[in-house]
Amino acid sequence: MVVRLDRRQFTQTMGAGLAATAWGLGPVRAADKTITVLNWQGYGTDEKFAVKKFQEMTGYEVKHDYYNAEPEMLTKLRTNPGAYDVAILNTARDSQAQAENLIDAIDLTKVPNAAGLADTFKTHPNITIDGKTYGVPWVWGMNALAVRRDKVTGVDSYNVFTDPAYVGRCALFDDAVTGIAMAALLTGQNINNPADMKKIGDTLKTFKKNVKLLWSSEDEWNKAFGGGAFDISVYWSGAVARSQKLHNLAVDFLIPKEGAIGWLDNLCLPATSTKKEQGLAFINYMIDPKFYVDWVTGSGAPASANSAAMNELPATDLNRQIHKPEYLSKIQFMGTLPDDRRQAYNDLWEEVKAYYAHS
Amino acid sequence: MADTATGATLPQPSRGGWRILALLAPAYGWLLLTVFLPLCAMLVFSFLKTTPFGSRQPLVFTFKNYLAFVDRPYLVNVAWTSLQLGLWTTGLCAALGLPAAIALARATRGRTRQVLFLLTILPFWTNGLVRVFSWTMLLREGGLLDQAVHLVWPGAGSLSLLYSFPAVVIGLVHAYLPYMILTCYLSVVGIEDGLIDAARSLGARTPAVFTTVILPLCLPGLVSGAILIFVPVIGAFMEPRILGGRIGVTMGTVIEDQFTSAYNWPLGAALSFTMLAAVLVIFAAFSGVLRKRLAVA
Repeated sequence: MVVRLDRRQFTQTMGAGLAATAWGLGPVRAADKTITVLNWQGYGTDEKFAVKKFQEMTGYEVKHDYYNAEPEMLTKLRTNPGAYDVAILNTARDSQAQAENLIDAIDLTKVPNAAGLADTFKTHPNITIDGKTYGVPWVWGMNALAVRRDKVTGVDSYNVFTDPAYVGRCALFDDAVTGIAMAALLTGQNINNPADMKKIGDTLKTFKKNVKLLWSSEDEWNKAFGGGAFDISVYWSGAVARSQKLHNLAVDFLIPKEGAIGWLDNLCLPATSTKKEQGLAFINYMIDPKFYVDWVTGSGAPASANSAAMNELPATDLNRQIHKPEYLSKIQFMGTLPDDRRQAYNDLWEEVKAYYAHS
Repeated sequence: MADTATGATLPQPSRGGWRILALLAPAYGWLLLTVFLPLCAMLVFSFLKTTPFGSRQPLVFTFKNYLAFVDRPYLVNVAWTSLQLGLWTTGLCAALGLPAAIALARATRGRTRQVLFLLTILPFWTNGLVRVFSWTMLLREGGLLDQAVHLVWPGAGSLSLLYSFPAVVIGLVHAYLPYMILTCYLSVVGIEDGLIDAARSLGARTPAVFTTVILPLCLPGLVSGAILIFVPVIGAFMEPRILGGRIGVTMGTVIEDQFTSAYNWPLGAALSFTMLAAVLVIFAAFSGVLRKRLAVA
């Protein structure tokens, strides 16, 4: 449909638009039946079927705003009060958001589907602050080792990155937090607050001969592994299932004896939301086993924090096989990093990369 | 705005002068807006302590970011890698581009020249990322290059250039060669046949004609080509990241990391301006020599 506006109409419309914006969209928003979700693009909440289903169930339309980096997400929450009704946060960011009063505590009894959540997640230290719960655990995954089936056997430690048998046959994820966490696991330290950063740097530097490349996207990983560039790599649990299923790659996922690096995303209620009831309803739908199964079968998803949802998947499902409940005890989850520590991680990682590059 | 400001300092421009100003103003206004303003913003950022978006803390100014090379000595190695990439790429582009330009300008005519020209600038028509990824197919172990070598010499060991310094240079030369060919071509095409005939009639053989007549006259093209190539190459991050593997850490990738994963815009901005200063110093050091040579040419 083409709408033609003459100059006066245009000015009036623009003026009205500006006025509405200046009023913080208050009067307009109160009347409309929409909720706005802040999330990564293409990450579950914006699945077409889900948006449609939620509107059928509640009469509320789900709109989205996206972020491309976690700091950007926090910035949006800070600078657009009232704009969001649900926000998806990496739980490692919860305490920061809570400290700035950006998110509200949630009463899990008002989220019926939360009954099925695994205990590890329901009471996870990342989301529990001063005895209150600040997010509903949604999906999780691990970073551990992916190895080429039939070619690599007997690997049970991150020490494989210094094994002379695999010189030039390994790859690392180009991510400061993951790199430092792996070395922390290897040196028996807390991944979120290692006491000896120098030891971590030295450990990572010993990987030099084995490291062939540092990858930064799943697509790049699949291309390089498919092309035979490396046999062993740090990789994401959810991506392994996709590499097997969609790219027919002979890859296996394993968790070394030192453990895996876990991440957990949760659904939070922005403190300035004006539709908290509908926000909670959406959160409840997001952890509904039925939604999860549709998401997994439709476009693929990480592991659900809801045990009831995981149990709905067929026993043969790759996602279910990779994310075994018994692994949960071997995972250290990424936790809160204060800004200066995060900066120290980035600096050390940059230094390690420069060391790898310099012949 | 630009018109009146310039007009005030110049003698009253003639009708033609106004026309020139009118033609120039949009381009220069656009450049002012899209290059100068963001650069100014980045300059301010480079003196900040933290990335200034949405933070509740008041802005804190610091010079610390400009001490990066002191605080982080490993950056010197990274800068050296970038410099080497710049020198190799520019050198290879000159070595390949100048002969191609001479051949295009002096040995081709009409349609042949048009087709050859088209082939030269063809890489510009495809997306840079696509070009770099197609190189990964060629250079990897068992890739097209490897297969071609084995076709000629079946006993050869496997050839894998991917994830190495040469791979990055190859990718960069591919991306920037057309600039060198085009700038050299403009120089070569301006050389009058009479000059070469004169040299020959005075007894110069081909090598002497090349070194005493053609090369000096091509110098302006070579220099502008080198500047056009060297500057972006030392800041390149896409080719090193995709083709370099472990080796591919350059000033470009370090700066990119500050803007994306580390979210430390001030440090990224300070590193960019440090690099800009280094490039200007290099050019200033060479400009005296160049000006003399170009004046001769």
